[in-house]
Amino acid sequence: MTAAVAPPRVIASRPELLTDRSTHYCPGCGHGIIHRLLAEVLEELELAPRTIAVAPVGCAVFAYDYLQLDWVEAPHGRAPAVATGIRRVRPDSFVLTYQGDGDLAAIGTAEIIHAAGRGELITAIFVNNGIYGMTGGQMAPTTLLGQRTTSTPTGREAGLAGFPIPMTEMLAILPGVVYAARGSVSDPPHIGKTKAMIKRACKAQVDGAGFAIVEILSNCPVGWGMTAPESMEHLSEVEKVYPLGVLVDRSATPRQPSPPGGS
Amino acid sequence: MTVTVEGTVTAKDASPSKRSRILMKGNEAIAEAAIQAGCDAYFGYPITPQAELLEWMARRMPELGRVFVQAESELGAINMGLGAAATGARVLVSSSSPGFSLMAEAMSYMAGSETPIVVVNVMRGGPGLGSIGPSQSDYFQAVKGHGHGDYKVPVLAPASIGEAVELVATAFELAERYRTPVILLADGILGQAMEPIEPQFRHPPRQVFDWALTGADGRPPRVLRSLHLQPERLEEHNNALQAKFREIAHTEVRWAGEQLDDADLAVVAYGTAARIAHSAVRKARHEGMRVGLFRPITLWPFPEAQLRELASRPTAMLVVELSAGQMVEDVRLAVEGRCPVAFHGRTGGMLPTPDEVLAELRRLAATVRAGGAG
Repeated sequence: MTAAVAPPRVIASRPELLTDRSTHYCPGCGHGIIHRLLAEVLEELELAPRTIAVAPVGCAVFAYDYLQLDWVEAPHGRAPAVATGIRRVRPDSFVLTYQGDGDLAAIGTAEIIHAAGRGELITAIFVNNGIYGMTGGQMAPTTLLGQRTTSTPTGREAGLAGFPIPMTEMLAILPGVVYAARGSVSDPPHIGKTKAMIKRACKAQVDGAGFAIVEILSNCPVGWGMTAPESMEHLSEVEKVYPLGVLVDRSATPRQPSPPGGS
Repeated sequence: MTVTVEGTVTAKDASPSKRSRILMKGNEAIAEAAIQAGCDAYFGYPITPQAELLEWMARRMPELGRVFVQAESELGAINMGLGAAATGARVLVSSSSPGFSLMAEAMSYMAGSETPIVVVNVMRGGPGLGSIGPSQSDYFQAVKGHGHGDYKVPVLAPASIGEAVELVATAFELAERYRTPVILLADGILGQAMEPIEPQFRHPPRQVFDWALTGADGRPPRVLRSLHLQPERLEEHNNALQAKFREIAHTEVRWAGEQLDDADLAVVAYGTAARIAHSAVRKARHEGMRVGLFRPITLWPFPEAQLRELASRPTAMLVVELSAGQMVEDVRLAVEGRCPVAFHGRTGGMLPTPDEVLAELRRLAATVRAGGAG
């Protein structure tokens, strides 16, 4: 005799957009979480079939191995320019850039600022872990003062290496930017809020509102010389320098006349 | 002059019944030829002596509902081009020497990911900021490698504005046939001068690309990449690229010859230098010298077999360039010592006169008669 057992209720599963494989990312790295959030949002908004994504130079260049979308590799820092070209010739596409802090905040500052300044209809995902991970943990423009890296072995000193650059605050003041927010992957509540930000930034493009960016504070356990849990706890220190929240949301405001080729 | 959308450019007041020639500035003719060839998108950044190309596009492309973006830099322009071209669009980007240097990075990426695009370099004098005068000082850069890595791209060198118009269409055809960037290498004179051209624009047919990024809708995702971290995989990729380069080298060589049949002296020159050489050859013929002109039109692939054949006859060659001597190295490699190869060049935006070239020809002829090696 067997009791009737209700079928298990599925409360979480792998989004279909994510490939069923282990990643090359280091154990505890935040990229995996962010990839999943993107996959969930693109599925929920049914955007994947018309998405063209731009991969950065850095650890996340291999995002194309995990998110089953059309992808193009951009040279280091140039993703916003590449995305501009795509979006202008294919106004019906959904265009996503995925960049790290070395890519976006150092070598690619001109490209991100001008894509934002033009109000390009693209959605920028900016993963800020304050370090160059792929090349072995050197200082990034976003590295905190005092933080030890392989190129600031005694800690970042402002007199020698300048101050951390708050890219998203700088971008938020541009009229072409309709949505700018900063989230974090430090714990489940923050991850949930970050997903909502990503969704809003994607909708801003779908609605033709303008340029949208979500900066996501993430970790680099290996580069930071920490265990994965320590690195997640350390994000609360990072959040003191880069406050979380929505910096600007003008995405409900109707957009100015479209450029030719835009939508 | 009025320009119509459908594909004809007609001179104002010209009778439509007779084929008219129109006077166009080189930069503008190149731009219009690209438009007529079906260019979907143009990205550029102001730089002399090609600024009129950008300005022509700024007016014409929006008129036609096509894409024009003035980028924040040449890096921005070429990478916008990369993105647009990755979707299968027909894309033109243009610049001049210092700006083209900035584009070198993306040229390498596009060669690696096999992304077709046409890039115009209206060369000026260098090195550095140099001058805005006409020059051919970027031959090495265009032919030997703009960016890093083992690759070549076709380089087309027109010698007149009419030929530039024709080669723009050829450039798009080559780019799409071989999935490669193609360079149209002009100089300040070709960009700035006005010449009468026949408005015979070509419109290369469209292809459907099985690599273009259009969104993975009902098909597997596509990735345009140049990164292959496994050495075995990257070597395989390089082998495939090299096979493609061999095919291009075998199939796409273009050159022109003048009065070579009985020549015992040949001037080898391309682009504007070939126009000057043409005048020098005529003057030399008047003097009874048996001189001809060999003009490479594709700088890569270089017409080396044709030059080698020419060199197997009793002859000597004079290479004339608007540089300190760049193509002359390829001429010497091609002829493999079969005949003397002399060089005459001017730099910095200076032009040799036909008489200057004629004097060099007389000197070379005397050296050859005396049994010297040139």
